[in-house]
Amino acid sequence: MKSAVIVFPASNCDRDIAVALEKITGTKPHMVWHGDSDLPQVDFIALPGGFSYGDYLRSGAMAARSPIVAEVMRRASAGVSVFGICNGFQVLTEAGLLPGALMRNAGLKFICRDVKLRVENAGTRFTNAYAQDQIITLPVAHHDGNYFADEGTLKALEDNGQVVFRYVDENGEASETGNPNGSQHNIAGIINANGNVLGMMPHPERLIEAELGGSDGRALFDSVLNALESA
Amino acid sequence: MKARVHVTLKPGVLDPQGKAIEHSLSDLGFEGIGGVRQGKFIEIELAETDAAKAEAMVEEMCKKLLSNVVIENYSIELEWLKGV
Repeated sequence: MKSAVIVFPASNCDRDIAVALEKITGTKPHMVWHGDSDLPQVDFIALPGGFSYGDYLRSGAMAARSPIVAEVMRRASAGVSVFGICNGFQVLTEAGLLPGALMRNAGLKFICRDVKLRVENAGTRFTNAYAQDQIITLPVAHHDGNYFADEGTLKALEDNGQVVFRYVDENGEASETGNPNGSQHNIAGIINANGNVLGMMPHPERLIEAELGGSDGRALFDSVLNALESA
Repeated sequence: MKARVHVTLKPGVLDPQGKAIEHSLSDLGFEGIGGVRQGKFIEIELAETDAAKAEAMVEEMCKKLLSNVVIENYSIELEWLKGV
């Protein structure tokens, strides 16, 4: 699988995703600096976590208007898999590739800890290696992860199975106690209507092998490989 | 010409920062306050001298970058600068 990681000024999870991609796919990803206009032909584009452009104006706002993201948008509309983690998710919503917005956490604090998630849709190209409704543990590390969308958008996301990951509590319920940041409907990750653009706040790339404390994130990358092989 | 842009959260969108400011103001002893909402204020100097064109341009800026129309509203004021 050929992949690319877009690197913005103040991205800080670009190495993590690069290591994960190389380990799982066996091929080093292309690291593409935001100022580059050339994006190699790849099967998978990752927008990493971090604080692109210092979170100026709004998280992800500046990155979403950079020339390289215009190219990412063209690839997305051509069906290439695009995956945004944390700041990458913020960039995808700011660019309009995913609906809604990520606002300041309801508790106003930066949250850095493990959270429990339920896989709400295991039928996507990013989640086919998980079981439907599987409960997984992944870390979050963000200040602006409070997912907001208007009622109509939320209904469409729910009706179309576009809510892919939801924050849950110890009992696997999408309760208020299981919601770390105030996200509407406990939304942790969503996919676009075409099924090729996924954004999520938690960090699967940080948990891909036991030595890192867990491997619940690995199946996401395995899923992408599966989908590519069966295509 | 100078443009002043106010960006505010849409009514109904929760503003936890506004709430925190409200609590702090109450803690400082200010009474009878409520509905605190935090927004952004942006000033832009423009070479454009035609007010209608300037307004249209700043409107475009608001839609493309300065605000996120999913969660925010914006308002624009224009002011003539002395000697321009």
